[in-house]
Amino acid sequence: MFDVRHLTHAYETEDGTSFKALDDVSCRIRKGEFTAVIGTNGSGKSTFARHLNALVLPTEGDLFVEGLSVREPENIWPIRQKVGMVFQNPDNQLIAAVVEEEVAFGPENLGVPREEILTRVDEALAKVGMTQYRHHSPAMLSGGQKQRIAIAGVLAMKPDCIILDEPTAMLDPVGRKEVMDTVHELNRKEGISVVLITHFMEEAVTADRVLVIHKGHLVMDGTPREVFSDPEKMKALGLDVPVPADLASMLHKKGLAVRADCMTDEELGDALCPFVSKI
Amino acid sequence: MLTDITLGQYYPGNSFLHRMDPRAKILCTMIFIVAIFLANSLWSYLLVTAFILGSIAVSGVPVKMVAKAVKPLWLILVFTLLIHVLTTQGTPIVSFGWFSISEEGVRNGILMTLRLVYLIAFSSLLTYTTSPIVLTDGIEALLTPWKRIGVPAHELAMMMTIALRFIPTLLEETDRIMKAQSSRGADFTTGNLWQRAKSMVPLLVPLFISAFRRADDLATAMEARCYRGGEGRTKMHQLIYTWRDGAAFAAVAVVTAALAGMRYFL
Amino acid sequence: MSIRVENITYIYGGGTPYEKTALAGVDLTIEKGEFVGIIGHTGSGKSTLIQHLNGLIHPTKGRVLVDGVDLAGKSKEAIAKRHTVGMVFQYPEQQLFEETVAQDIAFGPRNLGCDEETVEARVREAMSFVGLDYDTYAGRSPFRLSGGQMRRVAIAGVIAMKPDFLILDEPSAGLDPVGRREIFSQIRKWYEEGAFSVILVSHNMDDIARLATRLLVMSHGRCVLDGRPMDIFLHHRKELQEAGVDVPPLTKTLLALKERGIPVPEEAVSCEEAADALYRTLREGTSC
Repeated sequence: MFDVRHLTHAYETEDGTSFKALDDVSCRIRKGEFTAVIGTNGSGKSTFARHLNALVLPTEGDLFVEGLSVREPENIWPIRQKVGMVFQNPDNQLIAAVVEEEVAFGPENLGVPREEILTRVDEALAKVGMTQYRHHSPAMLSGGQKQRIAIAGVLAMKPDCIILDEPTAMLDPVGRKEVMDTVHELNRKEGISVVLITHFMEEAVTADRVLVIHKGHLVMDGTPREVFSDPEKMKALGLDVPVPADLASMLHKKGLAVRADCMTDEELGDALCPFVSKI
Repeated sequence: MLTDITLGQYYPGNSFLHRMDPRAKILCTMIFIVAIFLANSLWSYLLVTAFILGSIAVSGVPVKMVAKAVKPLWLILVFTLLIHVLTTQGTPIVSFGWFSISEEGVRNGILMTLRLVYLIAFSSLLTYTTSPIVLTDGIEALLTPWKRIGVPAHELAMMMTIALRFIPTLLEETDRIMKAQSSRGADFTTGNLWQRAKSMVPLLVPLFISAFRRADDLATAMEARCYRGGEGRTKMHQLIYTWRDGAAFAAVAVVTAALAGMRYFL
Repeated sequence: MSIRVENITYIYGGGTPYEKTALAGVDLTIEKGEFVGIIGHTGSGKSTLIQHLNGLIHPTKGRVLVDGVDLAGKSKEAIAKRHTVGMVFQYPEQQLFEETVAQDIAFGPRNLGCDEETVEARVREAMSFVGLDYDTYAGRSPFRLSGGQMRRVAIAGVIAMKPDFLILDEPSAGLDPVGRREIFSQIRKWYEEGAFSVILVSHNMDDIARLATRLLVMSHGRCVLDGRPMDIFLHHRKELQEAGVDVPPLTKTLLALKERGIPVPEEAVSCEEAADALYRTLREGTSC
């Protein structure tokens, strides 16, 4: 899906020095994969996300989306159609005053014929479970619902991949769950690739793969288990780890013979049970 | 609460007028407003009155709502009346020293004021029976032929759409910032005009900053969804004229013709 | 010193089709010295409740008294009492407007009518409170700071009012784990120093469990639970579920372990504490 080659993005700061928001990042993301990108505020993770659909262009290196280089101006619109993007603030990305108009906005821009827009809007709203709000004003919806409408707006463009840039940062736990459930379902049922930018570890754990970006560098790349089994390192990068992983590795370090890479309560329970039966 | 303000004055319904094409509604309203100025006799005024009352009845909008639309403009109405009453020369009824009130003045005043009331009442029917979004579509469609002479029809419509979308958001934001500054002891309600204007700074600066940030975010979001102006764009909702629009045009045409006839032949 | 909420009801948009009861008979007293956590899902009435506590809105029915003074009054005394309850809204950095950090923080004390000397002293104090060096930051534009720093400036602007009670609505929203830890360790420090009582609204159950001495759970405009945080998290899970709120992630894990027969320190509020206790019991287990 994505082939990122030595991607660097530098810009001039106000005092005239050059700052590298991204520094020589290389990776490949496969089709259908659910990838989480984590990092602290200002780590460059958002800049990375914006390269993936050519909203920001690399100053050095290159990025290919299904073989199309973002550096070729004629590739920009096909890339943006293939790679949809959902942003952090639900209020600042909805354009229309009615839900169905909002979802139709993307296909309208692509010049899709009228009848097909109607079917696409129907499908997209059904996929995010918002069909009954079709004629509502987005202003009256909850944060989670607004984000689902934003996702529907992207789906109506028939993308291969959705990038979500901290989509749950401004939501309450209920809204967060709504959005994450929707995204997982799309990945599972529709086979849409997902790149999720987040700093909620609970969300990153559910991904197939986790990329950790720190000060513009790609510092870790692996399954959640590989990445989160080293809480010390994660904390040094300013990140949290899920509670079971944290507990397991602390016990492991104290000398208890448990596996240090427990990701779920279940696994931690399995690891600890043998000790209890001996009491 | 600022957020209690409802946007526009759309009165939801499913009447003949609600279901008309917005283009036809806008055009009919414009034609009829011109026609109102043709009225110059008692009979023609009666015809105009009857047509407006008939339209209100068909629209299902309560007369009270229409009256509410006229009310905010009472100052202009009183002013119009006074200007005409006081400046028209003619047969004096009463005179105080150097100025007098004439019979013609009173008549002119009442008729001019009545025209204005009719004008406002009839155009309020347009906004009562057309939701802002549909109205925007109508305006865009009507302006499209003028694109060749440089009227940015699509851009104007897009601006209106975005404004409609963001008014509730910005009202909510205003409410929140006002509360935050009040918590820091800001006072927006007392003091003289200068003090009050100054007290708006802590409200307006954050509001502008936030509006610019929103605009920036929105532009990025639109670009991400392949927005590149009106060229090559399709529309989900297409406007289609129906028999209703034909009937409405016919009715307006008949009334206009009748008014013109009364003016020149009676 | 106390805030007394006397059976208040609040109805939005009364008389219009959009009428909605946001609070339906809330009655409680918050004493000086408490650290009160308020949780509840969006629309449970918690935002409406806290806005009553400093007189930003007045109840449709009932009264809110601070030290016996009704906040709905128009007297000077009522206005002064409102200012003893400081309020930090969600994303408070969005209320910054002055040219310099010091000017912005001075806005509150100036509105209180403090003389310039007092204002400057308070600005200095408030800045050291939030951990911003006066000489470095006082003259800078608040809009050139990082998100976390802007938030601290905004909080300092409320602290400079010298409130007896400080209400914080989601003070860590949008911050990363480091920023969150910083904000909360500061809040804890202020509270422990006895600077003011804290009323904290948060979705972050971890922080509530760690800091609050008392927890209020709001649901459908009512306060459905009121007690010690750990008692509520451990013994009222059903009510919490009905109110649409979670228990802290650590508590959730520990309770899951407990269900499998593992002896856990269920009241632990930090992973270190839990790991220590678990290690002690489990190590003994292996030895016999």
